[in-house]
Amino acid sequence: MTVIDWIDQRLDLSEVRHFVAEKGVPVHTQKVWYYLGGMTLFLFGVQVCTGILLLLYYRPSSGEAYESVQFIVTQIPFGWLIRNVHSWSANLLIGLAFAHFFSVFFLKSYRKPRELTWVSGMLLLFLMLGFGFSGYLLPWNELAFFATKVGTGIAGVVPVIGHFMLRLLRGGDDVTGATLSRFYGIHVAILPAIATALVALHLLLVQRQGMSVPIAVEKKAANGGTVPQMPFFPNYILRDVLAWYIVIAVLAALAAFYPWELGKKADPFAVVPPGIRPEWYFLATFHTLKLIPSHVLMFEGERLGVLAFGVAAVFLVLVPFLDRRASRGEPSRAFTVIATLALVYLVTFTIIGHYAK
Amino acid sequence: MITADTSTRAAAAPADFDRRRFLDALLAVGFVSTAAAIAYPVARFLVPPASGEPATQSVVAGRAGSLKPNSAAIFKFGSRPGIVVRTRDGEVRAFSAVCTHLDCTVQFKSDTTQLWCACHNGTYDLGGNVVSGPPPRALEQFTVHLRGEGDDADIVVSRA
Repeated sequence: MTVIDWIDQRLDLSEVRHFVAEKGVPVHTQKVWYYLGGMTLFLFGVQVCTGILLLLYYRPSSGEAYESVQFIVTQIPFGWLIRNVHSWSANLLIGLAFAHFFSVFFLKSYRKPRELTWVSGMLLLFLMLGFGFSGYLLPWNELAFFATKVGTGIAGVVPVIGHFMLRLLRGGDDVTGATLSRFYGIHVAILPAIATALVALHLLLVQRQGMSVPIAVEKKAANGGTVPQMPFFPNYILRDVLAWYIVIAVLAALAAFYPWELGKKADPFAVVPPGIRPEWYFLATFHTLKLIPSHVLMFEGERLGVLAFGVAAVFLVLVPFLDRRASRGEPSRAFTVIATLALVYLVTFTIIGHYAK
Repeated sequence: MITADTSTRAAAAPADFDRRRFLDALLAVGFVSTAAAIAYPVARFLVPPASGEPATQSVVAGRAGSLKPNSAAIFKFGSRPGIVVRTRDGEVRAFSAVCTHLDCTVQFKSDTTQLWCACHNGTYDLGGNVVSGPPPRALEQFTVHLRGEGDDADIVVSRA
């Protein structure tokens, strides 16, 4: 009797077995995009594991945070590796999450019946940005300190609730050790709890509904043809694993050859060094806010910009409910144009923001 | 494993079967190597490095004058506690204050003139030897020198 049999006799796994045996993945020209979600999920796992390891030595206080990270990368065996993997994996994760987001956007995979999958995915994307923002401060170095000042300052210009949000984020009026404690709690407890629940929901929905097939492929199938399927186990899962291996290879190479800098310890009374900028995934937003004049008509420019980003975020979450044509299974050019504009905007502003003085 | 797959395997020629087994083995070796390549750094990471602090050989435990007969004081010997005791006769002795049972810190009982561990009721005499209770070994005794004269003398405790 095998272990599986033993468990089977007690829990009756026939449903699971049936599901696994029946699960198929549609095969068509656009199927390469299916890998992105799995790769992002894999990196999320990497973040959880390396994050837990870093917790064993990290100390969340303004007096010790920088020193403890320094201790991890110089004194602990393979500490440099764990920390570099955590930093690089965070960046790859956000990159892949954006790629996943755009692939779903362009393929209109959010259309009925997958609206909730899209909503949970969008919330996860925002959550990942929150992880990036809160984790950036934890080594308590100069760049992160001032970037956090600017970032939380942006929250402060939100109309009406701005000052409240600023104090809530900073744990006071300024970025201090209190902010570090707070960001630590947000980074290792609050966000992981929410993310775990959302990832579970997201995966449950994906499993329940199966993979979305692009509208064009679906049309062809409706006119007499069928969409060929590939068994998930073992054919597709092995391909998924292959994609994960590529991720591991890239991650290991980056971590080994491009160590993540620790920089100088944060000093609240030091002059802001030139070239303070946020992580690359906030550059487009950051640069846009820099370009807005201080006053637009009777409104404060910065306020208007922040408001616009808020509206854009809400719009993105609501895309499946706004794109009526796609939900009827018809091609919807308007949303392809919106997705294209969003992509072009993000890429160009990120590049300009990177080179801007 | 899906059924279609097993049926093709059953129908396959012996040469195909060998190739399948070889590929399966190759895959397994790949997975095991990956697991090992991840587990090794993680295992090394989990073990903390040696503290890097040199082992303390000698410290000043206090002033002779501040220690009355039949009393004791805890002092820092490196990163661990030590206890310095002045007996009724005025003799100064020093021990490691770390109970040999489970590392609790022992204290001096002036009524019994014994060293007592509050965790599991272990007692030691003023030679550091176990009198009763669970401790398996005697307390480590340190060498005591008085540097200076009278009450102002420093109690210098050193590891023998």
